[in-house]
Amino acid sequence: MKLFKLAALLSIPVIFAVGCESTPEQPTEAAPEPVAEKPAEAPTTTAVEPAAPAAMDPLDSGLLAKRTIYFDFDKYNIKEEFKDVVKAHAQYLSDHPGAKITIEGHCDERGTREYNIGLGERRASAIQQMMTLQGASARQINTVSYGEERPNALGHDEDAWSRNRRGEIVYTSR
Amino acid sequence: MRKLSQHLFLSVLLLLSSGAAHAVLQIEITEGVEGAFPIAIVPFGLEGGNGQLPSVIMSNVISSDLARTGRFKPFAERDLVARPTQQADVQFHNWRILGADYLVVGKMRSTGPGTYAIQFQLFDVFKQTQLAGYSIPARQEDLRYVAHQISDIIYETLTGEPGAANTRIAYLTVVRSEVGKSRYSLYVADADGYNPQVVMQSNLEILSPSWSPDGRYLAYVSFENTKKYAHGEAAVFIHELATGKRQEIAKYPGHNGAPAWSPDGTTLALVISRLHEGDRSNYDIFLFDLQNRNLKRVTTDPGIDTYPVFSPNGKFLLFTSDRSGRPQIYRKDLNGGREERITFTGAENDRAVISPDGKKVGMVTNDGGNYRIAVLDLETRHLQVLTDGALDESPSFAPNGSMIIYATTYNNRQVLSAVSTDGRVKQRIPSDEGSVREPAWSPFVKK
Repeated sequence: MKLFKLAALLSIPVIFAVGCESTPEQPTEAAPEPVAEKPAEAPTTTAVEPAAPAAMDPLDSGLLAKRTIYFDFDKYNIKEEFKDVVKAHAQYLSDHPGAKITIEGHCDERGTREYNIGLGERRASAIQQMMTLQGASARQINTVSYGEERPNALGHDEDAWSRNRRGEIVYTSR
Repeated sequence: MRKLSQHLFLSVLLLLSSGAAHAVLQIEITEGVEGAFPIAIVPFGLEGGNGQLPSVIMSNVISSDLARTGRFKPFAERDLVARPTQQADVQFHNWRILGADYLVVGKMRSTGPGTYAIQFQLFDVFKQTQLAGYSIPARQEDLRYVAHQISDIIYETLTGEPGAANTRIAYLTVVRSEVGKSRYSLYVADADGYNPQVVMQSNLEILSPSWSPDGRYLAYVSFENTKKYAHGEAAVFIHELATGKRQEIAKYPGHNGAPAWSPDGTTLALVISRLHEGDRSNYDIFLFDLQNRNLKRVTTDPGIDTYPVFSPNGKFLLFTSDRSGRPQIYRKDLNGGREERITFTGAENDRAVISPDGKKVGMVTNDGGNYRIAVLDLETRHLQVLTDGALDESPSFAPNGSMIIYATTYNNRQVLSAVSTDGRVKQRIPSDEGSVREPAWSPFVKK
């Protein structure tokens, strides 16, 4: 029987996508050593030089440290409370022409998967558009949508949903 | 309609292979139909073969297949009053007393090492007549398929419609091993959940599997190359099941998704959000000619257009669009003509599928805040909600139009379920592995 041969063959072509990770690429930043918080130990014989404070990256403080913009259900307009964050990143991009970001659009689990990929892209595009209006260059900004596929919170209630309807700003070059 | 779940709760473990690193699907019939045909399926006799038992108990497979349709109520083996294997041994009045409307007997005759001649007969108990009878040669490894063929012969003889036991389903499993790490596996299994085979695995998302009309290929969306492309998005692939050969069909700069085959297998309808770098994102429907590789735009509306599906005659497309605000189903005549909205009940309607006879449209409907599977009768324009979940999605018609398989949430996990097109028969298909989603029922396999 043809069907059986087909089924038997199916066990062979297992294809693995190589070199992929399920988490979006995050800029890995060497965390500053917590020198100040080391507990006092037995007295040492040599005096320790106080560590010079690492040069603070402006992206790690204030509004620029905020990288997530949340949205209302089925909406893609940027809410008032997040406009300052978007503007701050736009200003940074404008001041650092070599910097590049990817904006990831995400949705909650309600609605169909492919529709949500469209909605996530609208969210990412809305952030991109506001940034370019604020002086960032369009070529500094990529957008991508993962729809409902990469939730932050795994619950099935408004609390989880509200944390999943988001745009995430990821610096690929600083 | 009265639920039979109280007195008819068949929990049938259909997949007996153990220890395999496969998602085991187990089908539970949670709601049957009043008036299902009582049918007695007698264990098949065995002749020859030095007493070696065949690997498949034919009567069990046939009973499960028929029970799953909701149209039949097979008797438990222990209730059978006799064990005839051919017409000469059948005492019809015994089966009438038992309450069986129909009777199936058969035998397997060993014809050599690992080969059998399988004979079966279907009787009308009241008329005491044979309704169907066949002898089928089979190899040991084909026995399950022969059992499914017998189920389909019985189903068609008694209902007048083709059976779908000898078909397959494609589906995805997602296993989260640790925070942020997932494993996506695209499977194809027999329609009863047996014999799951991995088609493809990835650490990144796979979506929207779609069968070619000849059952030889799956089209799907994979995020596997997201790191390669500047904009890092999904591409559409077609995958030949017998060889594992894959082709990347669409990898335009934006999203490439929601593939659906034309009935003649020459064209793939799909969604592309950006044709060129720097284009504004606009999810539109395109047709990709698989022979000359031409791409033709079908829609241009600035809204999100997605989930195209061909009508069985290939003359029109249905698709989702939110051009009127929320997603609704639209119809486009491929010989030109305007795009006409066809759903008006429900806040949202999305991901349409068309029944094989072209008369009904299955879809996901927003039913007062819950996402459920509904069927629209194209003639009466009546929309019937078939399921009662909160997040039911991904409907797919059986090739005989009798059932819709879909994804639902049960015990906080995503599992597959099936519902008859009239909403009267319901099955749940739990799995022992992760979440199961995106089911697609195969077409009839050409023999």
